Amino acid sequence: MNNFIILPILIPLLTGILLIFFNKRFAVQKAISLLAAASSVVIALCLVQMVYTEGIQSLYLGGWEPPFGIILVADQFASLLVLTTSIIGLAAVLYSFRTIDRERERFYYFSAVQFLITGVTGAFLTGDIFNLFVFFEVMLMSSYVLIVLGSTKIQLRESIKYLLVNVISSALFVITVAYLYALTGTLNMADLSVVISENGQTGIITVVAIMFLVVFGLKGAIFPMYFWLPGSYYAPPSAVTALFGALLTKVGVYSITRVFTLIFYHDTGFTHQVLAWLSAFTIIFGVIGAIAYSDIKKIIIYNILTAVGVILFGIAANTSSSVLGSVYYLVHDMIIKCALFFLVGAIAIITGTNDLRKMGGLIKNHPFLGWLFFVSAISLAGIPPLSGFIGKLKIVEGGFEAGEYAISMVVLLSSLLVLYSVLKIFINGFWGEQVMTTEQEKGNTKGMLLPIGLMAGLSVAFGFGIELVSPYFTQAAEALLNPEIYIQAVLKE
Amino acid sequence: MKTNDVILQTVTKIVLFIIVLFSIYLFFAGHNTPGGGFVGGLMASGAIVLLLLAFDVKTVLNILPINYINLAGVGLFIAVGFGAGSFLVGEPFLSHAFDYFELPLLGKTELTTATIFDLGVYLVVIGVTMTIIQTIGETE
Repeated sequence: MNNFIILPILIPLLTGILLIFFNKRFAVQKAISLLAAASSVVIALCLVQMVYTEGIQSLYLGGWEPPFGIILVADQFASLLVLTTSIIGLAAVLYSFRTIDRERERFYYFSAVQFLITGVTGAFLTGDIFNLFVFFEVMLMSSYVLIVLGSTKIQLRESIKYLLVNVISSALFVITVAYLYALTGTLNMADLSVVISENGQTGIITVVAIMFLVVFGLKGAIFPMYFWLPGSYYAPPSAVTALFGALLTKVGVYSITRVFTLIFYHDTGFTHQVLAWLSAFTIIFGVIGAIAYSDIKKIIIYNILTAVGVILFGIAANTSSSVLGSVYYLVHDMIIKCALFFLVGAIAIITGTNDLRKMGGLIKNHPFLGWLFFVSAISLAGIPPLSGFIGKLKIVEGGFEAGEYAISMVVLLSSLLVLYSVLKIFINGFWGEQVMTTEQEKGNTKGMLLPIGLMAGLSVAFGFGIELVSPYFTQAAEALLNPEIYIQAVLKE
Repeated sequence: MKTNDVILQTVTKIVLFIIVLFSIYLFFAGHNTPGGGFVGGLMASGAIVLLLLAFDVKTVLNILPINYINLAGVGLFIAVGFGAGSFLVGEPFLSHAFDYFELPLLGKTELTTATIFDLGVYLVVIGVTMTIIQTIGETE
């Protein structure tokens, strides 16, 4: 019983509500958002430390005990993701100050951002499968607003597609939950796990597991359900794409991880094998997209797919090191995708184009931006001292342990192509002949370097301080590998 | 030719109060019988829509000078604030309390803090419905 763990949901929610009243007072809006985002980071840090020292925390909403009431559970996996989310929220708010125009701010931009963060943290912290659906909707509704806000032609077109796909997948989510409820008679995740392990994972339960894979795969963009993502993420401004790329797909990944480690872990021979092959194809299609385009935003968007595939392969391999690797890689990827979308947004503002062939020699006038991009790029690919390395290492190690040699090789080879795709931006954009003089540039980096530096610096610190943070990640992976820990903490006899 | 809406407008003036009363009845009945904040709120916005049909947007804004987006915000604030209020007495989020009171006219009545949450829902539903209808009605 701990009211503290609702604060990461409550703070952005109350802030979002408060901002509704200040839609024409820009300075007040910014001050409130910044204050709330900063305090969320502090709260999330306390939460991580609290879970580390005292074990899994839970809160029975309204005082109703599980499995009868809704329950919030903060295990270390969820707490780490909440912390990452709050940091990304802070960086995105800072980045929006400079890149989002007045017209958008007047139409409740900052409210929508806060509601998006409410949905994401809620989805991480909930311990109830229908409540997870509700938080998904909170998150998606805000993302509909953010994707269409500004109503340029491309945004209108892509938001129709985005909305259509997500409405269908949400309907499928409800149907799947209905099936599960009919089979088990409970909605609490820990109780579901108990009921399924008592009655055995029958064929129909495996069908439901695959339906969940389709639902969360549509949200998290895995092969072959990723088709909506490249277009939709291309439409909104960079600050919004950074939020989407860093948070939305990761909630789908988180949900897959949660249901396949907590609820459906009895028939791994079938479900996890399906997941492993789907993630392999996700990686392959992701890198194909990433090397095919010469549009900087598209390249980073396709890299989201690759990362989703890598993380899910770690879950599918289901060994202790691969799950640990997935937790590392998930946190790393959220940070680095946010940094990269900020960076390509900054480049697009300077050059006025997303086309790689129309830029060059940026490093002459923007050395700091250039090196930040370089560090982020090699961190994304997983060069040893940086943050992407340890996660991928553990995933591949676990993959070999599990005997998935082919897919592990795909993961390794994908790193090479990912590196090629981002260094292509660096080499063509930053090196070479200078295309624009300072006067010809369409904008400057004023106010953007701080959030970019924050995220890139965090990624570097994460890589170098891996020894320092590894106890937290080990604790997170332990609870994923042993569902009994989670169930014990929630149901507590 | 200018149409004469005198029958519609007169009937509206009478029916409006019946609908609003029914909406308030539904709101308070929700605890023990079908009803509650959602249908109550929809019914109340139905009354305002009838007003919009009988008169025009400007007149209705004169009668009810409400910013509906802010109304939804107030409703959300009441609902969430009620949930957070349980912090003050050291109970989990959204805990509610109830007791019986002797009220004048009504006699022994059960009062529960869940009604405050429902009031929030009621205001949000009115705010959102009217925002949608007014926004679509005003765009050319």
